Amino acid sequence: MKLHEYQAKELLARYGLPVPEGRVADSVEAGLQAADHLGYPVAIKAQVHAGGRGKAGGVRLAHNRDEAGEALAAILGMTLRTAQTGERGCRVRRVLVERGAAIHHEFYLSILPDRASGTMMVIGSTEGGMDIEEVAARTPDRISRIRVDPLTGLQPFHIRRLAFELDLTDSQEKQFFDLLRNLYRAVTDNDLLLAEINPLVFTADGTFLLLDAKAEVDGNSLFRHRDLAALRDDSDRDLLELEAARYKLNYIRLEGTIGTMVNGAGLAMATMDLIKRAGGAPANFLDVGGGANAVMIEHGFRILLSDPRVRAILINIFGGILRCDVLARGVVAAATATAVDIPVVVRMEGTNVEEGRRILADSDLELVTATDLADAAEKIAGIAARL
Amino acid sequence: MSIFIDRNTRLLVQGITGREGRFHTEQCRRYGTRIVAGVTPGKGGSEVDSTPVFDTVADAVRATGANTSMILVPPPFAADAIMEAADAGIGLVVCITEGIPLLDMLRVRSFLRLTGCRLVGPNCPGLITPGVCKVGIMPGPIHTPGPVGVISRSGTLTYEVVHQLSGQGLGQSTCIGIGGDPVVGTTFLDCLQAFTRDPQTRGLVLVGEIGGSAEEEAARWIRDHLDMPVVGFIAGLTAPPGRRMGHAGAIVSGSSGTAEAKIAAMRDCGIHVCEDLGSLGRFCAEIFTRHGLQPDPAVAGRAKRTGKDG
Repeated sequence: MKLHEYQAKELLARYGLPVPEGRVADSVEAGLQAADHLGYPVAIKAQVHAGGRGKAGGVRLAHNRDEAGEALAAILGMTLRTAQTGERGCRVRRVLVERGAAIHHEFYLSILPDRASGTMMVIGSTEGGMDIEEVAARTPDRISRIRVDPLTGLQPFHIRRLAFELDLTDSQEKQFFDLLRNLYRAVTDNDLLLAEINPLVFTADGTFLLLDAKAEVDGNSLFRHRDLAALRDDSDRDLLELEAARYKLNYIRLEGTIGTMVNGAGLAMATMDLIKRAGGAPANFLDVGGGANAVMIEHGFRILLSDPRVRAILINIFGGILRCDVLARGVVAAATATAVDIPVVVRMEGTNVEEGRRILADSDLELVTATDLADAAEKIAGIAARL
Repeated sequence: MSIFIDRNTRLLVQGITGREGRFHTEQCRRYGTRIVAGVTPGKGGSEVDSTPVFDTVADAVRATGANTSMILVPPPFAADAIMEAADAGIGLVVCITEGIPLLDMLRVRSFLRLTGCRLVGPNCPGLITPGVCKVGIMPGPIHTPGPVGVISRSGTLTYEVVHQLSGQGLGQSTCIGIGGDPVVGTTFLDCLQAFTRDPQTRGLVLVGEIGGSAEEEAARWIRDHLDMPVVGFIAGLTAPPGRRMGHAGAIVSGSSGTAEAKIAAMRDCGIHVCEDLGSLGRFCAEIFTRHGLQPDPAVAGRAKRTGKDG
């Protein structure tokens, strides 16, 4: 679960990390009040979950009230389009108004779990303020990686090593010790999958400052972080995805015309791939999970049919223990209840497969049964060609 | 022969008194697995379908000699359950649970290094040695004994693959689901190393997906150490970047973890990659036959009959 910049900064500030003075504003008036209070120059930054907001005009510096007013009016309510948001973009509902800082140097600092080594990785670089993937590509020697055993935690020698690799002065190193220790604690206390400070600024006044902060909370940990769960902002999420989440369906909307409903994430991905190979375009990822019953299937149908782009549906359920006759009755009931009027190809596998197929064939609905995946692919190819 | 589980497996189930625990314990028992105990704190002294339940794993091990544990315990308690089992001397823990916090799993992995315990999973369907032993939630009937090892990050996608293999007369030595999480106890690499020591296994199918670099790491090891034919399949060619596709570990981050990169790496290392799931079984039959691993028509016939009757 992503946090907005202002939420990440509030969290990190509670751990003693130095963040710029700033206020959140959701209107031009509130923004101007904040700017006047903080004193110019101020940075006005769109608070959206997508990255790349700077390039898209979502971050502006204002040297006086007039400029602040202009920037606030331009950014609040704008639809930010970045590489991540795609054409749809996202609406800016809030900005963070922050006092400007006199930057001496920009560093990069982040902490995230490293899947390959099973450790917490601290990444630092003297090349802050730019895309770290680009730095990694162009000047990989400017990136330091420290792996920390999660059982023993961050040790002084870890911090020292990074401080030496970043070529910090003595006074910088003293501050850096506390900073990194507190950042590490913030990450482990709050189950953060990522805490990225880019840039970590060293100011002309001789102090560190977290000019930007990006944080992501592990969705699997929200049961033990009620306060963080409350910070969720779904206003940029696709409406169908939100609705599906309410039914505990794992649904991701894509751009195609052939909807899918599958049990199991791997099989769901493979089914999307299969549709593309057959010449179609998958409209979505939908994993109905282990409890593929009539109710879930009905919810799934409703979500898929709510997408005006969907012109055909492929259901691929590998039940195993699940009885196909029970499943087939569920599919028929759901299709009837939702008045499905587009082609639906159903491939089921599990016990009582023949009985299940008979139930589908006997129904009034135009449900096409596929005997196996290859058959399903062929039938989808035929449908896709006619779309 | 097989890897990790066999006739000597004595299984205890943590979470046996829950709905899932009870159901899958019975399914494993029917398959032929020796179930010796269940563990649910507070329910010690009771029984579930004539399996004795204990309060702690240590009690269960002392009383029954259990050497393997299957964990069907909710996410907030699963990491702790894994550590309890390892601490009590269990040699193999299979954690089915999906949704364990990642930092918990990092700590568990570190802790397990201090014990002799192997973890399979979490967020996995478990493993099965067809005809001998099942420690997991996969459907038994689609499996059939034979020479092909199957290693997968998925659940139902694995069943699809196994179903097609059986249909082609390619039985399986052991099928192991390593799980869909980003941090797992047993990697593709661990399984490969075990399979090379198993004389029954003469061919492998690797089923991967987007996210991480486990398939690439496995491919390099295969290139340098493995003689037997390997077929690969990667799910997620059409997955959009930056989104978690169901599995916590299935995410393309920036340019890394893409299906294309994994497929390319596998092919570079001599793995025969099939991109058409619908014909994976036939593809395997062709590749394995070419390498001297003949499908068994009797097995294929039985597999088709099983599908019909259920």
